[in-house]
Amino acid sequence: MNMKKNILLTSLAVAVPLAVAVGAVLMLQPARARGEGNKAQAVEVRVDNFTFTPETLTVQVNSPVTWVNKDDIPHVIASTDGLFKSKALDTDQQYSFTFTKAGTYSYFCAIHPKMVGKIVVH
Amino acid sequence: MSKSNLFNKASGGFIEHDHNNDGIDRRGFLKCMAWAGAGAVCIMEGGVLKSFALGSQQQSAAKVHKTGELSFVQISDSHMGFNKPANPDVIATLKAAVDKINALPHPPEFILHTGDISHLSKPEEFDNVDQILKATNKEIFFVPGEHDVLNDDGAMFRERYGKNSQGQGWYSFDKNGVHFIGLVNVVNLKAGGLGTLGNEQLEWLERDVKHLKSSTPIIVFAHIPLWTIYPQWGWGTDDSAQALSYLKKFGSVTVLNGHIHQTMQKVEGNVTFHTACSTAFPQPAPGKGEGPGPMKVPAEQLRSVLGITDVNYRRGRHALAVVDSSLA
Repeated sequence: MNMKKNILLTSLAVAVPLAVAVGAVLMLQPARARGEGNKAQAVEVRVDNFTFTPETLTVQVNSPVTWVNKDDIPHVIASTDGLFKSKALDTDQQYSFTFTKAGTYSYFCAIHPKMVGKIVVH
Repeated sequence: MSKSNLFNKASGGFIEHDHNNDGIDRRGFLKCMAWAGAGAVCIMEGGVLKSFALGSQQQSAAKVHKTGELSFVQISDSHMGFNKPANPDVIATLKAAVDKINALPHPPEFILHTGDISHLSKPEEFDNVDQILKATNKEIFFVPGEHDVLNDDGAMFRERYGKNSQGQGWYSFDKNGVHFIGLVNVVNLKAGGLGTLGNEQLEWLERDVKHLKSSTPIIVFAHIPLWTIYPQWGWGTDDSAQALSYLKKFGSVTVLNGHIHQTMQKVEGNVTFHTACSTAFPQPAPGKGEGPGPMKVPAEQLRSVLGITDVNYRRGRHALAVVDSSLA
């Protein structure tokens, strides 16, 4: 083997993996930007007839959850661990909360405590 | 069936069957209540239910008041601020209740309001109710409903109506030898639970009645029923059994509640439980609707499902005479 071929082969051995690595990094970044676009989607819980629908809602971290009161009676949305509590929502009023940590959050209506629901955040 | 058929005994008695041996003829009671809108009244006296046509009731009421020593009216659930189809004008129906009170054959000495005075705890809603009730010219005692304590756990309510109260707004007072106890079971509600009294209030209650003679008639008033009517709809109080245990020694205990927007009665030993109609809107019978919310009835029937409760105490009688009448 002559020296020139050796150098060429060595260079390739370094360059190709490097190119692959760089290419991989370049490909990842746009994907992360796409994920950021999905984060902003708002998700709703409908409050009607003394019921939360859906009773268990699954959302992504940092997605705002909005409770909309369609009942003809006011309700107060309160987490069971003191994390959040809305003011009294009359018909057509709404309340939003954004969960910044994954987990399961139980909540209820503070004036009609038989009304219960769950938000699962991942 | 004509009205006269309901009252087939000279004494005005109507109830004949006591299947549960607790002094209540439930079938008769239901029949009686169905006629309430047509002007009959159902009187609970000594654990026995009697009914009278409205005309003759006035005569017997006159008799009661001659020997009677105390009479007052209970109203409940005025929900000032509510304006949905079930009743677009709660001001008019509250005024009708005031007219009814002022037209009673013998005026009550004072009024109890068992809560949900306002619909959204707004100052102007409380102001409106105060203004309308002024026309009764009577002293009024209030306990809060859950609609009255929406934003501040009842701080504003207590400032308006709880000057002599303790804790979350409980208090007691005496009238003509009868001991009245106002309880608060609508704050610090726990997820999945019913109404709640809480330890501080229970301890106060135990102390409050400890030294009373067992012959003292007791009247307890609170918003949410102190017996379990329908837990699926929150119609009950988690720790009421504890409260009632402190009242076991008394020969006559009457519990007056609101919250369910319909009349219901139960007698358990020496305790008579009674719930009042709303002056704002009716709610379905337990389990008979989708939920415990406002129930729409044809406009011309609305006033027949709203009402006031007139209560009379005669010394020596086992229980109070409790008379519901509609606004029709």
